[in-house]
Amino acid sequence: MERTIAQKIFDEHIIDEPFPGTYVLRLDAVFCHEITTPIAINDLVTRGKDRAFDPSKIKAVIDHVSPAKDSQSALQGKILRDWARRHNIKDFFDIGRNGVCHALFPEQGFVRPGMVIIMGDSHTCTYGAFGAFGAGVGTTDLEVGILKGVCAFQRPRTYRVIVNGTLPAGVFAKDLILHIISRIGVNGATNMVIEFIGPCIKSLSMESRMTLCNMAIEAGATCGICEPDEETVRYLWPLIQHEYGSPETALKQFRHLASDPGAAYEQNLEVDTSLLEPLVTVGYKPDTVKTVREMEGTPVDQVYIGSCTNGRIEDLRIVAQVLRGNKVHERVRAIVVPATPQIFRQALDEGIIATCIDAGCCVTNPTCGACLGMSNGVLAEGEVCVATTNRNFYGRMGKGGMVHLASPATAAATALAGCITNSPLYTGGRS
Amino acid sequence: MKQFGGKVLFLDRANINTDEIIPAKYLTEITKQALQPHLLEDLNLPGFDPHRDIAGKRVIITRENFGCGSSREHAAWALEVNDITTVIASGFARIFKQNMFNCGMLAIELSPMVVDRLFSRYSSIGATIAVDLPSSVLTVTAPGMTLETIPFSLTPFEAALVNAGGWVEYADAMY
Repeated sequence: MERTIAQKIFDEHIIDEPFPGTYVLRLDAVFCHEITTPIAINDLVTRGKDRAFDPSKIKAVIDHVSPAKDSQSALQGKILRDWARRHNIKDFFDIGRNGVCHALFPEQGFVRPGMVIIMGDSHTCTYGAFGAFGAGVGTTDLEVGILKGVCAFQRPRTYRVIVNGTLPAGVFAKDLILHIISRIGVNGATNMVIEFIGPCIKSLSMESRMTLCNMAIEAGATCGICEPDEETVRYLWPLIQHEYGSPETALKQFRHLASDPGAAYEQNLEVDTSLLEPLVTVGYKPDTVKTVREMEGTPVDQVYIGSCTNGRIEDLRIVAQVLRGNKVHERVRAIVVPATPQIFRQALDEGIIATCIDAGCCVTNPTCGACLGMSNGVLAEGEVCVATTNRNFYGRMGKGGMVHLASPATAAATALAGCITNSPLYTGGRS
Repeated sequence: MKQFGGKVLFLDRANINTDEIIPAKYLTEITKQALQPHLLEDLNLPGFDPHRDIAGKRVIITRENFGCGSSREHAAWALEVNDITTVIASGFARIFKQNMFNCGMLAIELSPMVVDRLFSRYSSIGATIAVDLPSSVLTVTAPGMTLETIPFSLTPFEAALVNAGGWVEYADAMY
């Protein structure tokens, strides 16, 4: 039978089908952070089952509120830290080494093509960029994952999104995924995997593919997924070279995962990128977008650049390109949050941090922080923020605040102008 | 097994997300009980007052894509510690729905047409719903209305989780 990439990964991990259509999968990795894991840990302790199925397959990070903002968040960090030590979890990332989970774990080489990974975080769908099945789960699924190394799923149906062409100058993966979500709708891909395929996807870097897959959940999808190719191997090579003789060998192995030509898809969507332009969300649903042109001139109080969607080095390079030699508007608070220490360090080396600081940005340590209204830039009632994050829900970055999601280029240009505007990188579709 | 059914809280909006069900600022709590006063605190629904409207309710009826967004199981727990163990909707986000069953609670999907009728008939006068799990039937009663029964279906896995009291209990016995 012809299968999609998601079905192939699925089939290789099934250990039980307790009921027709329900599959229990063997997990290659369970990722943990300090917000959703402590209650699972406490529950395991209470049940007298404080065990970990395989400490080498569990990775943990303190990222959502870091450094701790109060004694409660400090306690959450402590519970995770003590647990990681107790179970000899070697890959535990505490302050100084910690970063936003979905940027950090791929960077460490923990995400590989063909893997099944769960985490108590909805944006675990990011890992599909590597041709892995990554699914966000709740704390109970996480708890069972930690204890038993298994998780139950329905067989994934696939929503195929074929992206033709290449992205016009100044139009980025963020604009593309906002466009795609606006066409699928916030629940159009519920219980499905979104497979991104086509010439445009092949031309994208791994960072851009992560941006794309990261927001699959905003269309309801379990996971976004791209087939592994030369770019996947290029990104992973420094991390996997000791396991494969050559990049060609790795590629050959990963290629088996690609969807078969005759695989059945639940839904199809074709996107022509030639007419795409920079977009922002309006209102409180990520599927409602307008072009930056239509929103031009909307005043903003804050610009937030970071998160698991757009806090990677590629994003910061674009931001620096826009900011260089300019000053952030006096009415705007611009916050730049490199997603991991490695990205931070690289941005320092490349002069990106200096550019941001010279422009008048506040550069902070890696954390999820303000993206979910936790810390590090929460909005006051009535304030407007352009953010490179992934959710514009009511109250998301602070009660009564309005969040417009946009690309790093649009965010940086907006910081300079004091109102929503296109970056000079966008040339109106003209090259 | 948990108790299901009781007085209904009608939330007439689609796409109610988990940030609205329980705001992120409460995610630093490490007990479920601490979430109790904050259920639906940030719900963007004109006329809704959580302190006035939640008390005494055991069932939520709402529209499509309930529980979208963040995977936080705190959303299901915030309902649980308020004794709301049944949510009926015309659609759920995957993770929220799984979280409900993983906690041994009910996320019942009915067709948009049936949910429309429930809103138009009962949302202004209030209703009580009884859940008969073995026969998969909801019974709706309301003042001055004839009793109405509505069939529903759970997948065998969902039913097993409810009967086991949750996924930890089930998985621990099986794997």
